[in-house]
Amino acid sequence: MNAATMDWQRHFLMLADVIEERLAPGEMSLATLAAEDSDFARFNAGKVRQIGHVSQGTLTVRLIEAERQAYSTLTICGDSNVDRDAVAGALDGLREALRDASPDPHLLVDTSTWTQTTQRRGTLPEIGSLLSVVERCAAGLDFVGFYAGGALVRGFASSGGSRGWHEVENFNFSWSLYDASGRAIKTTYASEQWSDETFASKIEEAAARMPVLAREPRTLKPGSYRAWLAPNALAELIGTASFTAFSARQQATARSELYRLNRGDVSLDERVTLIEDLDLGIAPRFNEDGYRRETVPLIEAGRGAQQLTSARTAREYGLRPNGALANEMPVSLSMQAGDLADTDVLAAIGTGLYIGNLWYVNFSDRMDCRLTGMTRFATFWVEDGEIVAPIDAMRFDDSLYRLLGSELERLGATPELLLNDSTWSERSTGGLRLPGLLARSFRLTL
Amino acid sequence: MVESLLNRLPRALRSEADFWSVRIVSERTDDHAVRNDVAQPLRLASDRGAMLVAWCGRGAGYAATADLSERGLQAALDIATQRAKACASVSLIDHTQIARPVESGTYESPAVAQTLPDRREWLERLQHECAAANIDGRIVERTAAVQLTHSEQTYLTSDGIRIDQHFRFMLPQMSVTAHANGVTQVRTLGGDYGTLAQGGVDVLAHFGFDGAGARIADEALQLVAAPNCPSGPRDLLLMPDQMMLQIHESIGHPLELDRILGDERNFAGSSFVKPAFFGSYRYGSPLLNVTFDPALPGEAAAYAFDDDGAAADKHYLIRNGVLERALGGALSQQRAGIAGVANSRASSWNRPPIDRMANLNIELGTSSLDEMIAGIGRGILMRTNTSWSIDDHRNKFQFGCEFGQLIENGELTQVVRQPGYRGISASFWRSLAAVGNEATRGVYGTALCGKGEPMQIARVGHASPACVFRDVDVFGGTR
Repeated sequence: MNAATMDWQRHFLMLADVIEERLAPGEMSLATLAAEDSDFARFNAGKVRQIGHVSQGTLTVRLIEAERQAYSTLTICGDSNVDRDAVAGALDGLREALRDASPDPHLLVDTSTWTQTTQRRGTLPEIGSLLSVVERCAAGLDFVGFYAGGALVRGFASSGGSRGWHEVENFNFSWSLYDASGRAIKTTYASEQWSDETFASKIEEAAARMPVLAREPRTLKPGSYRAWLAPNALAELIGTASFTAFSARQQATARSELYRLNRGDVSLDERVTLIEDLDLGIAPRFNEDGYRRETVPLIEAGRGAQQLTSARTAREYGLRPNGALANEMPVSLSMQAGDLADTDVLAAIGTGLYIGNLWYVNFSDRMDCRLTGMTRFATFWVEDGEIVAPIDAMRFDDSLYRLLGSELERLGATPELLLNDSTWSERSTGGLRLPGLLARSFRLTL
Repeated sequence: MVESLLNRLPRALRSEADFWSVRIVSERTDDHAVRNDVAQPLRLASDRGAMLVAWCGRGAGYAATADLSERGLQAALDIATQRAKACASVSLIDHTQIARPVESGTYESPAVAQTLPDRREWLERLQHECAAANIDGRIVERTAAVQLTHSEQTYLTSDGIRIDQHFRFMLPQMSVTAHANGVTQVRTLGGDYGTLAQGGVDVLAHFGFDGAGARIADEALQLVAAPNCPSGPRDLLLMPDQMMLQIHESIGHPLELDRILGDERNFAGSSFVKPAFFGSYRYGSPLLNVTFDPALPGEAAAYAFDDDGAAADKHYLIRNGVLERALGGALSQQRAGIAGVANSRASSWNRPPIDRMANLNIELGTSSLDEMIAGIGRGILMRTNTSWSIDDHRNKFQFGCEFGQLIENGELTQVVRQPGYRGISASFWRSLAAVGNEATRGVYGTALCGKGEPMQIARVGHASPACVFRDVDVFGGTR
């Protein structure tokens, strides 16, 4: 009963040919595609709240001529004749726009020729059977969740002959089990191979942890607490910093939250190493400027290493482009693990906080890389190496310079791969691979 | 989309569904920007597609497609119908009990047909402000931009209802960064993305775009040389470009009925507001009057119908401090048995409608700005949001602003940088001590309100006068 998916690759290559056939002498084109055929199912109280299917493809055509450039982004529908006409119209519009344009002094694209392909077929649940297994496994539970799955593609084609293709079939199913107190445990099941048994066991595992939520919650006062930040919690901090902190353009304009680290004015704990790691295989290995993406060390042994440098930034500031996306955000970030085994985490906390998730993180002082946000979901008070109570949600306000510096006691030995579950406008690729972090102190403010 | 197909669709599409609808969105966006005196490449975007919804028995399903041919729409309706049937036995909502749209109509943004400047004229205007911001060697980045969006939306139902709405959105932006002695400060025009409105070129004047370059650059320099904001309790005077965020996060989201009903608990969160609160809960001081107003001309989320086809009217949500009504569309109202508004909205054709806040405004008070300042012994004025964070029940918040100025003994004194404040929604609004008059009011909007699974952003508007709050926990940066 799943909707038939279309052959996006064949369609994209056809449109790339259409673009290139219509180029005039001296013109150059770059085209990118983001497309998906996605099933969505949203649950509340174990029942279906919303369910549907989205098929969409967005093509961006970039026309370059004599150092001038313009972009046109259009929705494509999959019908060859309609999309062929739409692309032709977009090219005409771009050509018209270039007529009045000035040369762009920061234009830079890769003109080498390459081919790069990633294609992975997945095994995804049929919608009817998905609803059945959720109904069965969520019986008796206040199950609130969201399933997103299907084909996800990214394409690139240049008139210079480069072709990039990234196509995977995967799913991301996250859910929260709530108890009567309004507290919850959140679980994610993300993969390319669906298994009813794995899904059922993950629900059982989460349900088995529910009784601790029913205990009398501990209300904490503002102050500093010893705390374990599980990988999901650390991901909220690193992920928020990733919007701008690793960008070469932000560094050049003194806006990077890690400006002082990158200048060498301060350093972090020498166990901190962060890499934009393309070998994780979770993101396209090419960018919209025609460059193949590179693995880039961002922080090495606690010291600022490189920044993500897009082609435009490279030309403006005299740097070397390193395959970064235009927004210079990491999408495949990997943090070096430490030596604290999962089984030893509670003992290592001793007395303090086990923080499973953080929420709504934002900067409170960018130049100090200080972040604020809330504890959420599985967050507990630990005494003598035992979880004793859930805690009421608390606000934190602390600096990554402290948490990854003077306050870093141990890093977890088992990093977790957390796939990006974002569905703003479209399903996302990429993610982070992070260990947990034991902090000597973590500042709570409200 | 050709008119003949729109006219034909209600008869042409076939479905076993009890009810179906199609919502077609066609949107064109032009982005013009100048950064450090360099014109950025023109970016054009056109997006077009349809959302088909089918109700079968208790169940409902949707399918979104960009194939707007009769065949493509029929295929999507078939998928929506299949999904509706598949979930009928496990649907949270009994769609046989949901009222269907009954009214056809139209809407147009102000000045929707006005001829706009061409690319060259826009760039000249942006270049002028960008260059005007280059007033000192400590200015390290200057950006001026404008985004223009035309959106045409048609909603049709199997019952023969037709709604046509034509929007024009304008988003002027200006940002200046100053850096000196290890301190970086950014000053913007009304926040990075807070200056969205409907209309024509008058929108730029509404936000004071002309002349903003030099003014914002001067304020950025003031900030980079200013001392850090002090910490401790102070009376807080919030200007409209921060009030928009305060309203949004600690009134708007908590009153969304789908959050109260638990739909958002896996992602955006729940609410400290309970169903029993409506009609009696004291949300704020008696000075607090909050309205849902889809009819304020030019405000970003003005419209005549929501995306489920309900006609939209102005309603008080909070009157004299007491909670009256929720931000919930027809479907949520039926589920909760609570009065709501027409705010079931989707970010575009590829997302299903959910409860959104749209235009959420604070009604005018009587105080002038001078009177409010004069009434403060030890306080601070804050302008322009730059940081926002609030818990998943929309209670414990911490917000940061771009610009602060101390108030001592009834007078504005020292400019301070990195001003922030913390509070709890349930008590914060009860500390509202003064509400400004018409002269203090600003109308702001943004396109970046996020919630939902799948995630979606929405355009929202917030009009507010300046307001004073007593004894708020204020703080500054680290250094």
